[in-house]
Amino acid sequence: MNNWAIQARPLPRIIAILSALVFSAFILLILGTSPLDAVALILSGAFGSSTKLAYVMTAWVPVLFCSAGLLVTFAAGLWNIGIEGQIIMGALFATGLMQTLQDSLQPGAVLILAAFAGLMGGACWGMLAGALRLYGNVNEIFGGLGLNFIAGSLTVYLVLGPWKRPGIGSTSGTQPFPSSLWLPAFKGFQVSPIEVLLGLMAMVFVGWALRGTHFGLQLKAIGKNLRAAFLKGIPVYQRMFLAFGLCGALAGLAGWVLVVGTSARHNLFPLISSGYGFLAILVVLLANLSALWSVPISFFFAAISMGSLQLALQRQLDSSLGGVIQGMLVLSILVTKGLQSRLLSGHGK
Amino acid sequence: MDFSILIASVLAASPPILFAVLGETITEKAGVINLSLDGSMLLTAMVGFIVALHTESVILGFCASMGVGALIAFIIAFVSLTLHQPQVATGFVLTLLSRDLAYVIGNPYAHIPGPQVSHTPIPGLVGLPVAGPILFDQNPIVYLSLVTIFLVWAYMFRTRPGLNLQGLGERPTAAFARGVNVTVMRYVYTLIGGALVGLGGASFSLMVKPGWARPYGIEGTGWIALAIVIFGGWQPLRVALGAYFFIALQTAANLLQSGMPNIPTQLFSTLPFPLMILTLLLVTLGNAEWMNRVLNHLPKGMQRFLIRTLKTLQTVPPASLGTLFRKE
Repeated sequence: MNNWAIQARPLPRIIAILSALVFSAFILLILGTSPLDAVALILSGAFGSSTKLAYVMTAWVPVLFCSAGLLVTFAAGLWNIGIEGQIIMGALFATGLMQTLQDSLQPGAVLILAAFAGLMGGACWGMLAGALRLYGNVNEIFGGLGLNFIAGSLTVYLVLGPWKRPGIGSTSGTQPFPSSLWLPAFKGFQVSPIEVLLGLMAMVFVGWALRGTHFGLQLKAIGKNLRAAFLKGIPVYQRMFLAFGLCGALAGLAGWVLVVGTSARHNLFPLISSGYGFLAILVVLLANLSALWSVPISFFFAAISMGSLQLALQRQLDSSLGGVIQGMLVLSILVTKGLQSRLLSGHGK
Repeated sequence: MDFSILIASVLAASPPILFAVLGETITEKAGVINLSLDGSMLLTAMVGFIVALHTESVILGFCASMGVGALIAFIIAFVSLTLHQPQVATGFVLTLLSRDLAYVIGNPYAHIPGPQVSHTPIPGLVGLPVAGPILFDQNPIVYLSLVTIFLVWAYMFRTRPGLNLQGLGERPTAAFARGVNVTVMRYVYTLIGGALVGLGGASFSLMVKPGWARPYGIEGTGWIALAIVIFGGWQPLRVALGAYFFIALQTAANLLQSGMPNIPTQLFSTLPFPLMILTLLLVTLGNAEWMNRVLNHLPKGMQRFLIRTLKTLQTVPPASLGTLFRKE
C-alpha cells in the first residue's frame, strides 16, 4: 500500500531530493569544492569502472541484510538501534567458529557453519536487547546502544588478547583467513553472487513474512497499537522478542558477510560494522517501511557512500560527506511528507 | 592525592554534560524528546571552536554553539510538533546528520590550537578553607553551570511558569484548558533545551577538550546524557547529581587506567556503557510487572526493604513524553 502512495505523488519526493542536493551543494561550496565537480567524482567513484561497481555491490549486501531485519522490528514499532552490535556479534561468532574449525573441515562446510554461527551471534545480541526492553523496561534505544558499545569493546579485547595475531597484537585485527575461506567471486568482477543472492532473498523473505503470514500481521498489529493487540489475545511479548531475534539474526548474517565476503578484510577488527546498521535505519525510514523500496534505496545509498569516499580522497575532504547527503535526504523526506499530509488535511477541513 | 583537588577536577570536567542533561530535562519535561544529543553536541562543539578561532572571542563561540543547538532543536520541534512526523525518527536522523556535518566542516580545523576559557579564581572567596579551592578556583563556565542547576530547579518547582512547564509534559490537555498555548510553549522549551545542549558542546571544545579532531573523543557522551536524564527521573537536582556521578566515575577510571597500563585503553573508554544499562535497569525494574510477582514470594522483611529501595530508585517519565498534542 505504502509503495503506491509514494508512486502516486512523485512531486513532493522530487522536491525533497532536490532540496537535499541543494543543501549538500551548499556545504560543498563552503568547503571550496565545486558541486558539479563533486557530482562527477561521486558518479565516477561509484560506477566509473567494474571494480568500483563491484565495491558498491559488496557494500550494498550488508545494508540489504540489515534493512530486511529492521523492517521486522520497525513493523512492531521497535527502534532496534542495537543493530550495529548485532552485526559485530555476528562477525565475532563467525570468526570464532572459523578459527576453531578451519583446519578440521572442508572450507565449504566451514563457511556454511560460520553463517549459522553469525546468525546465532546476532540473534543472541538482538534478544538480549529485547529481554532488557521487555522484562527490564529498559528502552530499546538505550539498551541497544549500550550493547553496541559492549560488543565493540569485546572485539577490541579479543583482537588484542586471546585472538591476537601471532607476534604482536594490534587493533588492525585478527589473522586474515586464507582465500579458500572467502566466498567465491567472478573472475573479472569481484562480487560473489552468493552474498548478493542471499541479501536479496533475505529481503524477499521479510517482505513475504510481513505481508502474507500470521506472524507478520501480528507484528504490524503490535506496531499500530500495542494495547489493542494485547487485548486481542496476541502474545505481544513473545512476538516482540521474536522480532528482536529475527532482526539480530539478519544483522548477524551481515556480520558474516563482512568477514567472508569478497571485499571484506577477511578477519575480525574493531568497528567491523562500519555504520552499516545505522545506514540501514536511514534506508528503511526513507523507504517508508516498504521492503520493495528498500532494495533500490539501499543500493543507491551504498553508491553514495562509495562514491563520496572517492570524492573525499580526491579532494582531501572528510569521508563523512556521504553521511551528510544521506541524512539530508531522509530529513527532507520527513519534512515534505509532513508538509504534504498537513496541507492535504487542511484541504479536507 | 588531595581529595579536594579531586573534587575540584570533577567539577571542572562536568559543565559539558551538565548543561546537556539540564537542557534535555527541560525539553523532556515539556513533553518533547530531543534524541539528537550525541550528534548535536559534536556539531556545537565544532562550531563553537571555529567561531571562537575566527572571531578571537570565546563568548561569540559560546553564542554560536547555543544558536546551532537551538536550531537543531527547532528542526525537531518543527518536524514533530508542526508537521506531525515521528519525533524519535527525526531525532535519530539529526544525530547522524549533525555528527557527519561536524566531521565534514570541521575537517580543516583538526588539531589547530585555539582560544579557550580562561581560569578565573574569585578574589576573596578563593582563600576559604576547603570550599575555596573546590568551588571558587575555577573558570566562569563552571560557575555558570553551578548557577544553572539551581536556576533550572528553582524555575521548575518554585515558579508558576515552571508549574506550567511540568503540565506540558504530564497533562497537556489540562494545561491547554488553563489557557497555556501548548504547541508554542513546547517550541520555546525545546529551543531553550537545545541552546543549553549547545552550551554543553561549546564547553567541550572551548574548555574541557580545547580544539577539534576526528574522532573528537566525546562520541557516545550524548547518549550517556540521555540516559542520565532517565536515571535522574527528570528532576534537575537528581539529574545534576547523576552527571557528577558519571564524571566522578570517569575520573576514577582514568586514575585506574594510569595505574594498570596492561589493560587496553579502549576497554576503559567503554566502561560507562555497561554501567548505563545497569543503572537504567535499576531505575526501571520497579515498573516491571514480574518484579512484583517475585517480590510477593519473598519473606516480609526482605520484601519491604527491596520495595523501598526500588521505589527510591524508580523513575517515571512525564506521562505525555513524545506524544502529540491535538486540540480536539
